[in-house]
Formats: sequence, structure tokens, C-alpha cells
Amino acid sequence: MIELKDLHKSFGGREVLKGINAQFEDGKTNLIIGQSGSGKTVLMKNIVGLFTPEKGQILYDGRDFVQMTQKERVMLRREMGMIFQAAALFDSMSVLENVMFPLDMFSDMNLTDRIKRAKFCLERVNLKGAEDKFPGEISGGMQKRVAIARAIALNPKYLFCDEPNSGLDPKTSLVIDELIHGITEEYNMTTIINTHDMNSVMGIGEHIIYIYEGELEWVGTKDEVMSSTNERLTSFIFASDMLRKVRDANK
Amino acid sequence: MFISNSIEKFGEYLCLMGRVMSVPERWRMFFKQYVKEMVALGVDSIGIVLLISFFIGAVICIQIKLNIASPWMPAFTTGYTTREIMLLEFSSSIMCLILAGKVGSNIASEIGTMRVTQQIDALEIMGINSASFIILPKILGLVTMIPMLVIFSIVFGFVGAYATALAGVITVDDLTLGLQHDFVPWYVWASIIKSLVFAFIISSVSSFHGYNVEGGSFDVGKASTNAVVSSSMLILFADIFLTQLLS
Ligand SMILES: Nc1ncnc2c1ncn2[C@@H]1O[C@H](COP(=O)(O)OP(=O)(O)OP(=O)(O)O)[C@@H](O)[C@H]1O
Ligand SMILES: [Mg+2]
Repeated sequence: MIELKDLHKSFGGREVLKGINAQFEDGKTNLIIGQSGSGKTVLMKNIVGLFTPEKGQILYDGRDFVQMTQKERVMLRREMGMIFQAAALFDSMSVLENVMFPLDMFSDMNLTDRIKRAKFCLERVNLKGAEDKFPGEISGGMQKRVAIARAIALNPKYLFCDEPNSGLDPKTSLVIDELIHGITEEYNMTTIINTHDMNSVMGIGEHIIYIYEGELEWVGTKDEVMSSTNERLTSFIFASDMLRKVRDANK
Repeated sequence: MFISNSIEKFGEYLCLMGRVMSVPERWRMFFKQYVKEMVALGVDSIGIVLLISFFIGAVICIQIKLNIASPWMPAFTTGYTTREIMLLEFSSSIMCLILAGKVGSNIASEIGTMRVTQQIDALEIMGINSASFIILPKILGLVTMIPMLVIFSIVFGFVGAYATALAGVITVDDLTLGLQHDFVPWYVWASIIKSLVFAFIISSVSSFHGYNVEGGSFDVGKASTNAVVSSSMLILFADIFLTQLLS
């Protein structure tokens, strides 16, 4: 479980995160939603330690990440996987080498086992046959899937995804969502996803937190989203006409 | 303003070098990167070094012959001067200035692109010291390869000089006499020592500029220009000190 307590972060005097308290449970797909610029990426970067918060705690199963020594952080990071908004594959390496990279760095397996494991992960994301291609030669959706395969290669306990389906068509987005959700349940990971894609919210939102201008505005599940009376949340969720019609038809 | 800015930058540079100089986490991966960088930075530069050295050697020989040699000068003057220029300045300093343009911009833009496409963040998330993982093989790779480039440059400068002899500018005997006249082997060593320092400057300064890119492709371009400018300046300064120190 990951717990945030009173998290503050500002840039040049402008407060972007204004005291966030939240909990993300094991084996669940947790979503962080909010408008563009509300601070989702900043929040995630704080959680994984790419930014240091000015104030507050980030507890990984009770261990405070902010207070950890460099060595403890490195150990914890071996249990993290992250999928970046732009996939962030190493473009000098082939798809297979990308997925093998964490194994090469940290596992004690021999070469055949490492290749086997990497191929297994690639199969898990339905990318059999693309092993020898380079990141520049495959589509955006495939890159995201390679990033997922790389992130799960070492069986992480915590998985972070920053807008995993930005720039993808609705159908591919659905595939990626299902993939992340499936893997989360299969390996009992704590998964946190940043998104403003309503399809993801309705599809895999087991636990949702809504951030409004750097503050936690609402917490709930996908079913509760539909019936929520929180004005800021509803105006965000039902910004699209279609969803509003669906809701009204259900009433 | 400029001074405080430079001191601040220098401090950041030292901090980065502190992170770079750490024991690799996986030697297997380190050697893989190291060999790759030796090829990318060293072997791939051989062509341009040979080409430029050949022509400079030839041109120096022609210029000296045309402008300095006269009936009152000994016959070995042309060969002797050509050798001294190649050994003392061209094959170390000038060649490294040229490499600063080729290798420096390459390093800065590669690392800068890794920064803006979040590949460096991805390494950090995995718990890898990204500075050391990316930069150390580049520094060691170039430093390892540079003595070879210096030797190649010297040799090809002489080949260029002999080519002018074939074209009839000077006789082969005069040239050989000049190249061998009063030879000080230490100059070769001094040249190699200088180039080692220059190689370190090129690779570390360019890496510094690339690693600290913020923004997008525009900033990568700027970083790569800055890398070439500042490593060239530093090479020129270092050249003055080293020349004093080593002669
Ligand atoms: N490195 C930084 N330096 C200064 N300000 C920053 C930095 N990163 C983010 N910000 C600011 O923090 C605010 C929140 O940005 P953030 O990237 O977290 O938004 P977001 O919710 O992820 O938006 P999107 O959905 O568009 O990705 C923005 O106003 C941005 O200007
Ligand atoms: Mg974002």
C-alpha cells in the first residue's frame, strides 16, 4: 500500500500540490484524475522520487520514501515499474534489449533465462515477433506495450503509469487499460495511473482520486462517480455531452 | 554576473562528476557500453582524423617549402618544421578542437535527447545511477581511444608530407632528413598526455551540457552548441597551461 500524507510541492513560489492525503491499495488499479495542469504528473513524480516534496510523507508499506537513505531508495526502486507518458524506451536498443535491460542490470539469471523472461513479458503484452525491431520502427501503441513489458520484467510491487493511453485510439487504449488492470490483479501489484480518459475511468477505476488545482477534491469508485453530486467532479467527468446523456438515460 | 554564473556552473559540473565517478553496478553492462562508446567516439572518428591530418601535413610542407626555404636554409628545414608542428600542436590540440566539434556535439545531443524523452528518468526509476551509467563509459571510451587517434594523426601528417614529395615539391631525401633531424621522443609523449586531458574535457563537458538539458528539442540543439563552444574554449586554455608544464 502507498499512502500520501499532507504532500506539498511548489515551483518558484507557486504551489502546485497543496497538501494531498491519499491511499492506494494493493492489488487495485488506482486512478488519479484531473484536468490538464491540475498537478497529476507532479504528484506522480513526487511519489516515485523524481521530485522531492517540500513537506509531507510518502509511505510505501509504512516506510517513508522522503526520509530514506540513498541506498534504501535504490532498493525500493527495484520494486517499482513505471510507464512514462512518452514510453521512454531506450532508442539505441532493440525491443528485446529494452525489456531485458532491467534483468541485465539487476537479476542473477543467466542469459538464456533472461531472454526467456523478456520474451515471456513481450508475449504477455501481445508483442510476439517484434523482438528485433527498434523503438523508432514501431507504433505508439506498441511502444507503450513494450514499456509495460519492460516495467513488469522484474515483477514489481508498484506500477506507475503516466497517461498510458495518451495519443492512442480508443480501441488500443482499451487494450492497454485491460492489460494494466489484468497484470495488476495477476501479480497483486499496487498500480497508480494518471489519466483524463473517461473510458479508463469507467472501465478500470476501482479506486479513483480526483485532483482539483493541486488539492484532493474527491475519492471513490467508478460506480460512485456516476452518482456523485460533487459539482467540480461532475463538471469534469460530464464535460462531454455523450456521457451526460448516458447518465441521464440511466436515471 | 558572468563570473558568479560560471562558478555556479563549475560547481554543478563537479557535483555531476562526483556522481559519474562511482563503481559501475554491473560490470557486464559497463563493458558493453564501454566498447560501444570506444567504437562510436573513437573508431568512427578515425576517418576524419586521417583525412584532415593528411591534408594539413601536405599543406604545411608546401607552405614551408614555398615561404621559408631558401638557398641559405639547410635542406632539412621543411621536414623538420613540418614534424615539429604536427607533433607539438596539430596532432594533439588542433585535432582535439576538431573532435570537440564532432564528438562533443554528438555526446551532448545524445544525452540531451535521452533527458527530454525521459529515458534518464526511466533509468533513475529503476534505481540506476544514470549519470555514471551513461557518462562514465563515454569519458573512459574517448580517453582510451585518443592516444591512438594522436598517433594516427602524426603518421598521416607525415604521409601527407611525403605525398607532396611525390608531387615534386621537395625531394624524399630532404624530407626524410628533416623528419629525423634532432628528434625528441618526449614530444610524442607530451602530445599524448595533452590529448588525454583534452579527451576528458570534451567528453565530460559535453556530457554535462547534455545531462542538464531542460525542455525540448530546441534546448537539445542549444546544449549541443554550448558543449562545442565551452569544450573548445577549455581546450585552448588547458593547452596554454599544459604546454608550459610539459616543455
Ligand atoms: N518542472 C516544473 N517546473 C515548474 N513548474 C512545473 C514543473 N512541472 C510542472 N509544473 C507546473 O505544475 C502544474 C501541474 O503540471 P502537471 O504536469 O502535473 O499537470 P498534469 O495534471 O499532469 O497535466 P496533463 O494532464 O496535461 O499532463 C503546471 O501548471 C505546470 O506548469
Ligand atoms: Mg501529466
